[in-house]
Order: sequence, then structure tokens, then C-alpha cells
Amino acid sequence: MKVHHPTTLDEALAAVEAGAVPLAGGTDLMVEVNFGHIRPDHVVGLRRIGELSSWEDRRIGAMVTWRTVETKGPKAYAEAARTVGSPQIRNAGTIGGNLGTASPAGDGHPFLAAVDAGVELVSRRGRRVLAWSDFFTGVKRTARQPEELITAVVLPERLPMRHAFGKVGVRNAMVIATVCAVVTRDEDGATTAAFGSVAPTPIRAPRAEEMISAEPKPTESALAEFQRLVSEEVQPITDHRSTEAYRRHAAGVLARRLLERCLR
Amino acid sequence: MIITFELNGAPASARVMAPVSLLDVLRDQLGLPGSKNVCEQGECGSCSVILDDEVVCSCLVMAGDIEGSTVVTVEGLGEGLNPVQEALHRAGAVQCGFCTPGIVVTATDLFTKRPRPDDDEIKEALAGNICRCTGYGAIVRALRGLAEVER
Amino acid sequence: MTLLVTRRSGVTDGVGESPLRPDGIPKLKGEFTYAQDLTAEGMLWGATTRSPHPHARILSVDISPALAIGGVHAVLTSADVPGRPTFGLEHPDQPVLASDVVRFWGEPVAVVAAEDEDTARRAAAAVQVEYETLTPLTDPEEADRIDSVFRRMRVRRGDPKISGPVVVEGFYEVGMQDQAPLGTEAGLAVPDGHGGVDLYATSQFVHVDQEQIVASLGLRSDQVRSHPSGIGGAFGAREDVNLHIHLCLLALHTGQPVKMVYHRSESFTGHVHRHPARMWYRHHADREGRLLRVEARIILDGGAYASTTAAVLANACYFAVGPYRCDSVSVDGAGTRTNNPPCGAMRGFGAVQSCFAYETQMDRLAAALGMNPLDLRRRNALHTGDPMPTTGQLIETPLPTVEVIDSLAAIPLPDPSDDDPLPGGSGLTTEPRHVVRGVGYAVGIKNLGFSEGFDDYAQARVRMTPRGLVVETAAVEVGQGLVTVLAQIARSAFGVSTAEVRNVDTSRIDSAGSTSASRQTQVSGGATHAAATRLRDRILEHFDADDLDDEGVRSGDRIIATWDEVTATVWEETVTFRHPPTSPPDPDGQGVVHADFAVAAHRAVVDVDPELGLVRVVRVDTAQDVGKALNPESVRGQIEGGIVQGVGLAVMEELILDEGVIRNPNFTDYLLPTILDAPEVEALLVEQDGSWGPFGAKGVGEPPTISSTAAIAAAIRAATGKPINRVPVRPQDIAL
Repeated sequence: MKVHHPTTLDEALAAVEAGAVPLAGGTDLMVEVNFGHIRPDHVVGLRRIGELSSWEDRRIGAMVTWRTVETKGPKAYAEAARTVGSPQIRNAGTIGGNLGTASPAGDGHPFLAAVDAGVELVSRRGRRVLAWSDFFTGVKRTARQPEELITAVVLPERLPMRHAFGKVGVRNAMVIATVCAVVTRDEDGATTAAFGSVAPTPIRAPRAEEMISAEPKPTESALAEFQRLVSEEVQPITDHRSTEAYRRHAAGVLARRLLERCLR
Repeated sequence: MIITFELNGAPASARVMAPVSLLDVLRDQLGLPGSKNVCEQGECGSCSVILDDEVVCSCLVMAGDIEGSTVVTVEGLGEGLNPVQEALHRAGAVQCGFCTPGIVVTATDLFTKRPRPDDDEIKEALAGNICRCTGYGAIVRALRGLAEVER
Repeated sequence: MTLLVTRRSGVTDGVGESPLRPDGIPKLKGEFTYAQDLTAEGMLWGATTRSPHPHARILSVDISPALAIGGVHAVLTSADVPGRPTFGLEHPDQPVLASDVVRFWGEPVAVVAAEDEDTARRAAAAVQVEYETLTPLTDPEEADRIDSVFRRMRVRRGDPKISGPVVVEGFYEVGMQDQAPLGTEAGLAVPDGHGGVDLYATSQFVHVDQEQIVASLGLRSDQVRSHPSGIGGAFGAREDVNLHIHLCLLALHTGQPVKMVYHRSESFTGHVHRHPARMWYRHHADREGRLLRVEARIILDGGAYASTTAAVLANACYFAVGPYRCDSVSVDGAGTRTNNPPCGAMRGFGAVQSCFAYETQMDRLAAALGMNPLDLRRRNALHTGDPMPTTGQLIETPLPTVEVIDSLAAIPLPDPSDDDPLPGGSGLTTEPRHVVRGVGYAVGIKNLGFSEGFDDYAQARVRMTPRGLVVETAAVEVGQGLVTVLAQIARSAFGVSTAEVRNVDTSRIDSAGSTSASRQTQVSGGATHAAATRLRDRILEHFDADDLDDEGVRSGDRIIATWDEVTATVWEETVTFRHPPTSPPDPDGQGVVHADFAVAAHRAVVDVDPELGLVRVVRVDTAQDVGKALNPESVRGQIEGGIVQGVGLAVMEELILDEGVIRNPNFTDYLLPTILDAPEVEALLVEQDGSWGPFGAKGVGEPPTISSTAAIAAAIRAATGKPINRVPVRPQDIAL
């Protein structure tokens, strides 16, 4: 068993290239370890690397915790952060770790999808920023190469004027999303809607977005159509947490409510 | 590998041969069974410890990664009962007691950082600590009462 | 029948007070020793190889890959069980280790002992078992049709043809709830060096564990000692043997102490669950709302092995009508045998399931009659002196059904407030304009103590020492506060202020019975009361004294012997207490089958977001029949805790099965209520003298869970207009 404790990104990248498993807050990785699913014997801990914990304007370091996003993130991102696990999880769990796990239910993903954020990846060969849609490739699968580390989330130069997050779960706290969503609305009416837990990756609802973006003052019937299109566009499954039919319904209702919040 | 860190105010070290959790090291190697192993996935708070001034689930902390850190467990909260423990005791907030160490650690951290929390802050802080026996009523009464005393 | 002894004046921390728990401080400091925390010199760790199939034939078991792992000391299979190859609480039908066929997902096939936990688990995974999978029987209705049952119940009373102008019928379902005690199954077995073994393990009933261990190990009874141990909750999950025999086998085989602790996911397969239920009901009433006839058919799925299914089914049927008068009743019940996980005891023991059905029926009946639902319940309320509607047994102890309803109704209803937390919680799904409030009521009844002729007794020993009274018992403290209340009973019955409770093992005292069925305060409490009273009487007589107190024994106002002087000789009393006798039912389910009853009423206030189907339980108020509250704070703790378990069953707790496989055996997906899900609770204790428990006490542990779930379901129904004929209520049941 070897665990590296680097204080610089270069040392960490060397360890990753040598096969070390990156460890962020541990809140996903250790569940896999505890349940006997994985048994990494070469690990690199990332929490001592100052630059990964920095937050400079629109570049948020990968080791920033949910607790920090909760207190200083943009509104919808902060709202999402507050629903991540328990306070204990939010103290340890990081935005980079959340991206690395790439759970379809990741609470932070819809915000990134809704604002078209990028994910910064670094290896010893260089640095690249992937659009969120290129980063997520499947259930718990991403475009990160084994020798790369997720180093930051890069927000767009300007965020839409209004944005709101919501999450449907059976419990009032500490619950995996049945559906989660972020809706944004800009001054010119441009609307985005992004969802978690309704497809293998976070997804947008382009037809619904296009329809409602063309409505400067959405009427009751436009809102209903937006809701209907969202329900149609999401691609949920039935599993032990919920049913396809309910997830379609809830995604539509939630999107409409979040839009109404943005319009107010 | 040998990991050295500060545990309950004193230097400590542990021999880590596998990707075990801090919880396992505390319980099995360092003779501190107060932190409880309940769910192993951060869904109950029974193993809560204070790591570098933040409450975390020790079941989700890889022991090999705590080099140089500071850890406080329920055993490190001092002699006798602290005000949180005293309030929980007096309110009848302990039944089977398995969640109790985690609740004590979490609530102690809350009162250290916010000595006069309101009900919402109390519940928000304890939202990750599952209790199966009490229904939480006595826990809320205890901490509400303590906050009132602090006011 | 009442053991009426006046409370001694001058005694502090006696009955009626709420002294602090003696185990509170060690638990708060993390110093209390639970079974999980035990260690012994030279200790090995055990682990279990489990079936990945719900139904399969075992073709071969190859233990050699496990034995080849360094540090492994033993790998045992069914061939290594020296005595009876099976165990079981009521019927020994469950293999200690499966030999030819596995009948549920997670059934133990082999156990290993190794030098550390990690090695033990790797070795358990390395045991090679070849299976031929068989089709699992997972539909309880199919099991009923093909007569795969553990027990059928038939209750017939009154006129089977009578009907009335108002008839309501319905079909109801209850999902599979888990006790989910926070402490998982754990234990340490220590060989005594002479062929015997001491076991320290999670249990609610050490004597019945000991009997089963003795049988399967083929030992003499005196060679196995089972010790009450520190336990992180129980709620029924610890009545059955799970790792107990395995640990003793491994310890005797290796000659070393062996410890085993189930992980959470293993715990979900390692103990029994609450029976899922399907229930068909028809109520007949006259225009004034009097019940004329109730018909019910109840199927509880017992899963793969018997456990307590026979008794749970009986209870569901005996309480199928609820606390209501009705002269014509027919109930048919089946406890089915399938390849689902075994089900057994959980807080409420069958009474929970049928309460959800009969209380929903009562609401439907009230709606059909245009009556206030509480008036309908008052009109039919069962009273002391009435026959039970099912068994015909005359109710001889106080049954304040009307009183609990009236007390509950008198608690003011809260006004909606801007501060009310919204459904959806931190998910921010819901605004006040999306919320509809609903109020629902339910009343429940259950027996206290064991039934149907079971020889229900408890032994306790009370000894006077220079430092006060010592109560010895094998009754298990599971967190409910037995160690507090037995000391209170001893103080008040004997007349001194110092008393402590000490747990002793099975070799040093006779059984206290199980810590279940709401029974220990009454039964072990009854034994403690009787022993303390007799000891007092003997001491007074011996010293020709007329009173005693904390100083010593007195004649008038003079101390004639101090306790140091008195206890120069041993003064102790051992008493075995039995509650009033019960008997098995006749073929029509008639007879005196229960020893005592308790009723409780609940009112739930819920805020529902109907469009998303999200529910926030705002408050659950209750009035409960407690006989006499020996420790009011402990009673309140039982009530609040029981109600939150009722909230869990109402809106979130369910094991999801897929062809016999549990899909959510973890705390990420088996959701327990958090502090943000817990309602406010106001609890009124209705005290009436006349039960046979010490000082008139009744058991209080189960009634809070019985009707709280039904009340919450009723409130959701009131808010949404949806039928809500199944619990837990899922968002899709409301929104779609």
C-alpha cells in the first residue's frame, strides 16, 4: 500500500502517470473500497495541492468542497451543493471528485450542463478544457485519460441572469436524486434546462429550450408545452429508486417550476 | 506504510497496509472504538470525527491520506461531559446509543462554531446523523435548550 | 390480579420519576462496550459465504481455495455442524449452513475464521460453490394457491351471513420494512478450554439463542453460556439466531476466540424483516355506523424459513378488526413460504399491517356514511369487558379506547405557518402555493406479552448489598431503558433509593424471555417487583421491623439495624413471574389467547405537494394507553421513536425485491428518516389502574408504531383524494 501526499500538481501528475489512483474527498472512492468492489494499493491524495483548492473568478479548483460551493457558489450551483449528501459529505466531497465519479445522479452536473461549463484536465503532456458534453461519456464513464487529473471546472465568461436548481428525492435531506435539474433564463429569453438522474449522463432538453426561448413572456400554455417537451426529451429508466413514468413526469414539473422561479 | 498525525491532541501513528478507512484504524489499531461503524458509506454519521477542523465521516477517509492531519474523536472531547453531552444526557436523548458518539461530535462542532444555533441550524447540522431509536425529539430538545442557555 | 403496592415515600428515582439512564454517560463518551467493540487475546475474525441465488441446488462446495489463503484457520460447511443441522425460533427449519439447497438470497453456506477481518472476508469469497439455479417462488399469492404456507389462520365468530346497508371493501398492501438497527449483528465466542463456549452477541433473547446453540453444537446445556451484550438497537431483528451458532462452531473448531461483525449490506440479509402484506377487506355497517360484520383475507409473506411467521400471522388476524366492537367476523390468513428473504419479528408484530387496512376501511366507511371519522371510531370503540371481535376473549384489563381518541382530539391542531418546512426539503422543489395540507387519524390495538399458550415468564433476582439493591436479570437492554426502569421498580417496591441492574448470563439465572412484544417492563418488571417486595417483607419480619429506608430497618423512628448490619448475611430473592395464562385458539380462532392489550391513537398532519407526490409529515400527535407510566421520559422516548419508524413505513422505508434479490441493501437506498423528516410530536399518556404489570404498567414500545403509519396514510389521502391503499406511499402513487 502506497499513498502519495504531494503538495504540487506536478508531483501528483507523476504519481497518476505511474498508476496511482487519484483520491479527492474520498466520499465515493471509499464506499467502493468499503464494499469490497475495489482495492487500490497505489493512491495519490490530492488535498494538499493548493492550486487545486483555489477559486479564481470563473475557474473553480477541482478540490473545492461542496461546503465551499454552498457558501460562495453561483446561486443554482450553491443550491445544488446544499443537497449533496450530508454536511459531513459536503465537508469532504469535492467538485472534482463528483466529476470523476460521473454518477448519472451527480447533483452538481446539471448546473455545469445548463451553463455550458467546461472541465479542465491536465496531464504531464498538457492541459485541455473539455465541454461538459464531451466530458461525460456514459454511466460513471468520462473522457478523462488515466494519466490525467481533473483540475478545475471552468464556468462561462458570463452566467445567465437567472438560474435555479431543484432536486426531487423521497427524503427531505441526504438523498439520491430521483430527478435533479437546473433551468437558466437570460435577459433575451434564452433558456437552458439540464437534468440529472434521467439518462446515463447529465442531459439538456434542446427542443424544450428552443420552444421556450422563443417566448419572451411565456404564457400558461407555453409553460405547459415546455413541461410536456421536457417530459418527452428526458430518457429515464425504471430502477429500485423510481419509475420511468414518474421521472418523466417529475422532470417536466420540476423544469416548469424552475423556469417560473427564473421568470419571477 | 506508517502514517503520523495528531489524534485527540497527541501525536499518533498507524501502520497502513491496505486502503482501509480512518474508522478502521481508530477502532482496530488505535483502541478507540467510540466511533461506530454502521453504514460504511457516509449515510448515517455514526463515525463522525473532526478532521482538520471539519466534521467528516471517518469511514470515508482513507487512512493513508491523513498524514499530518489533526483528528478529534468522541474520546478526545475531554474529561467528564461537555455541555453538548450533558444536555443530551439530561434530555433523555440516548437510547441504544449507537448513533450517540457521532451526534456528540457533530453537535460539539456546531456549538463550537455557532454557540447559539437556531432550530433550523441544529437540524441542518444533524441532517447526516441517523438515529433509529429516539425519533430525534429529545435530541432537538437537548440542543435547543443548550442554545437557549448560551443566549 | 393487580400487584398493587403503594409507592414508598422517601424513595428517590422510583417509579413515576424519570431518572437519568445509568448507561447514558458511557454511551455519550464513546466508552460503552457494544458487541462490535469486544476483543479477546488471540482473537480470530469470522466471515460468511452467502448464496448469490434466491433458490438453487448446491452441487459442490470446494473450501480448498479459501483454506489456501495465509492466515485462514478454519472453513466450515454443513458437514461440520455436529448436532441438529437446523435452527429456528419456533420451528427449527433453517439450516445452520445450507447443505443441499439454498432458499433465499444471502443464505449462509460456509463460515471461515482467519487472523484478521480482511483475510476472513477474502477467504469467504474464495469458497467455491457450484450451484444449479432453480426457479424461485416469489409471489405470495402463488404460494398461497399452491399451499406453500407456514400457517393458515381461520377466525370465525358470529353470523357469517349478516350484512348491512353500507358495505365498503378494499385491497391493501404493506411493503417490506427493515428494523435497520444501527448496530449490525456482531458477536464474540470464547472457548472455555473444556469443550464449552461463552458467547457475547447481539440478541434480544439470550436463553433461546443458547438452546439453539446447544442443539446444533450437540453439547450439554451447561457447556454454552450466552451473555447479554451491548446492543445498538433491535426492534425485532435480534430475536432469531444468525451468527450465533456460526461463531460458537468456529470458536470450538479453532480453539480460539472468534469475532464476527456483519457489514450493513450483510445485515440486511442476516436478519428477518417485517412481513409484507396483501389484505382484502369488506366491512358491513348499519346506517348509524355500527359494524355488523368484518371479512378479511390476509397474506403475509414469511419468505424462506419459518422464524416467527406463524405468530405474526396470528397477530395480524387477531387484530384484523382493530379496537372495535363487531359481533360477526371472519378472517382467513396465510403466512406463505417463498424464496424471498425470511420475515419475522418487527415492532408491532403483525398488528401494524392489519391496522393500515382496517383503519383505511374505517375512513372509507365514515365517508360512505357521511360521518366524522372519529365519531365512527368512538361509536364502535372496544371497552373493558367487551369480547374481542375476533377471538371472543373478554377484555379484563383497562382498555381506554374512547379515552385515547378523546385525548387526542383535544390536542389543538396547528395552523399552517410560513415557517413550516416544505415538502421536498433541501431539494427546493416546492413553494407554499404547491402545498395541500391533510389531517388523518388512526387508532390501533395490540397484545402485550406472548400469546396462544406460550409459557411467558421472566426470572429476576434482587439482592440487598451494603451499597444498595442489585437486580440480576438476563433480560436484554436494547436501548429502550430497561436498566433504568427495573431499578426504579426495585427502589419503589423495596423502599430504598439505591439500586442497579446487572445483566447475568444464561448459566446464572433462568430466562427473562425476549425483549420484545412490549413485555419486559411488565414481565421482568413483574419479577423484579415481586422479588423486591418479598425481600422487603422477609427482612422486616426477620428484624421484627415495621419499615425500612435508606438508613436501615426501622421500628418506629428508630433504626434497629443498619444496612451494613443487615447485609452481614446474604439477603436475596429470586422470583419467576408469569403473566395471566393464555391458551391456543380453537379451530375457529376463539379463546383466551392474549394476556393484555394496549391501544393508542394517532393524528397526523401532512403537507403534500400533490403534483410531485412529495410529502412532509408536519406533526404526529398521539394519546397512548400506558397503564401507569413508570418513567414518563422513557415512555416519551419510545413514543417519539416509534412514531418516526411509523413515518418511515408510511413514506420511505421499503426493501425492494427483484425475484427474491434485495435491490437496496444499504443506507443509500434503504431510506431512514433523518432529523429533517421527523415530525413534531405531542404525546398524552392515558393512565388507568388495573393491568397486571408492576404498579399497573403496560408495555409501551409497540403501540407508537402501530397506528402512526395508518394515520399518515390517512392524512395523505385527505390531502390528495388519492386512494393510498399501499404503504410506503411513493411519489408516483400520489403524482401519477
